[in-house]
Amino acid sequence: MSSIAEKSIDLKIEDDILIARQIARKEMAEIGFGSADQTRMATAISELTRNVIKYAGQGVCHIITEVSSAEIKVKVEIEDYGPGIADLNKAMEDGYTTGGGLGAGLPGAKRLVNDFSIESRPGLTKINLEMCRPNV
Amino acid sequence: MEIPILKLKNILLTSIQSDMTDDDALKYQSDVVSTLEKSGSKGLIIDITAMDIVDSFMARVINETARMARLMGTRVVLCGMQPMVALTLVEMGRELIGVDTALNLDKGFDKLLEMIEEGVE
Repeated sequence: MSSIAEKSIDLKIEDDILIARQIARKEMAEIGFGSADQTRMATAISELTRNVIKYAGQGVCHIITEVSSAEIKVKVEIEDYGPGIADLNKAMEDGYTTGGGLGAGLPGAKRLVNDFSIESRPGLTKINLEMCRPNV
Repeated sequence: MEIPILKLKNILLTSIQSDMTDDDALKYQSDVVSTLEKSGSKGLIIDITAMDIVDSFMARVINETARMARLMGTRVVLCGMQPMVALTLVEMGRELIGVDTALNLDKGFDKLLEMIEEGVE
């Protein structure tokens, strides 16, 4: 037995970065994630939704929370319909950037969550993040 | 959102708020350096007590602002980093903040005064 809630945030302007990470924090707090985990996920979302606005122009962020008697879980799916990431392996390397940033966005976000997957082709880039903790 | 830049004796005091857009952050940066030039302040305090998220972009803006101020001959102290922010920055695995730091505004103020007095380079 578990309950699932989903929120979707359209990513179109810079302010949507703030909205997405605020909602994630709030939803996670509600199901019992601690403030370290909230901060980790909100920071990862901040990195990744910025990429969407900057490189793809627009996209969407889904935040799915799931509570069962055994565990609490948050899944975040961020997708955009931009040009895609030409070299995924390179994009996951520390310090690699095409946008004049620090190159910490993708690898940094990956380190903050338990589960990270990315697929990218022209017209669709999809990133999945997941965190899971025992329900105490 | 306008970030207030307060002048206290020969020190500029700024407190960055949590939910800034990227544009706000860049405007803050240019406001700080132009106020530094006009006021001739000897020290700059960047207080981030109110920030509960510092991602790599924000860290870069803070870092660069401090370096710009240093280039202009101003001592800089960053203070008030929340524990969860420190934890996240370290876990992201980057040396993102390359600036003198203090636990809180009170300690940051003392540290900055010391640095100005000693003329530490």
